[in-house]
Amino acid sequence: MKQIKMKIISRRNVLYLLGGATGSVLFSKYSLSKPNLALNKINEISKNAKVNEVDLFLDVPEIAENGNQVKVSFDIESPMTEEDFVKTVYILADGNPAPNVAKFSFTTDMGACSATTRMRLSKTQNIYLLAEYNNGNFAMTKSKVKVTIGGCGG
Amino acid sequence: MSKIKPRGKVPKTASVDEIIEIKTLIRHPMHSGRMKDKDGKKIPKRIINKFLVKFNGKQVFGMDLEPSISTNPYIAFPFKAKKTGTFDFEWTDDNGDKYNMSRKMTVS
Repeated sequence: MKQIKMKIISRRNVLYLLGGATGSVLFSKYSLSKPNLALNKINEISKNAKVNEVDLFLDVPEIAENGNQVKVSFDIESPMTEEDFVKTVYILADGNPAPNVAKFSFTTDMGACSATTRMRLSKTQNIYLLAEYNNGNFAMTKSKVKVTIGGCGG
Repeated sequence: MSKIKPRGKVPKTASVDEIIEIKTLIRHPMHSGRMKDKDGKKIPKRIINKFLVKFNGKQVFGMDLEPSISTNPYIAFPFKAKKTGTFDFEWTDDNGDKYNMSRKMTVS
């Protein structure tokens, strides 16, 4: 039975298994059909605190023709004062070999909370944006990107 | 391999409390450790893993990069201009190499 299973598993899925095994043995079983490494990571970062799913502005293309260079930008409304500012912003991707993409550290000197960068996507997947406020609250949003040609060199 | 070279675009002048946008790009291969060369050998992982921005010596922005960031990482971020000063940009890669750049900005 196991041998038959092994044949079906693609190279990419094997990578998920490996990633899942290092993260959590429990979830590695499910990561074959439903990759949720990014959500695991979000729980890890937020230490299981309540994460509000709100409408943060995450700008990713709906369809990315080339997974090697996918522009991602975000804009979070915040007064950015000492009393109320966004401390850290994480970008995570649930279909990449590793869920982490980037972590941004903001300070009040910036006046606004936004940034732009370019990332690699190996296949069609969800992009998560997780923001940590200075009072310990978390907020997240997600967006799906269709990838025509993957860009992780796998 | 082409030379690793940082580039940045900071407005030369800005008015007080204006929010400016700073754009940076560094030419770097960002080998994720998964790509293979012509002979099928894995290219070892070598990425820029840290990016720091200081304004007059005080850290204002930081970013941790992972292998999922594209070749030649492009980073753009805002900054609220308050006084004249110098930005110091610093990229660090897996080999511990540091690439620096500084830009002046005049606030009137």
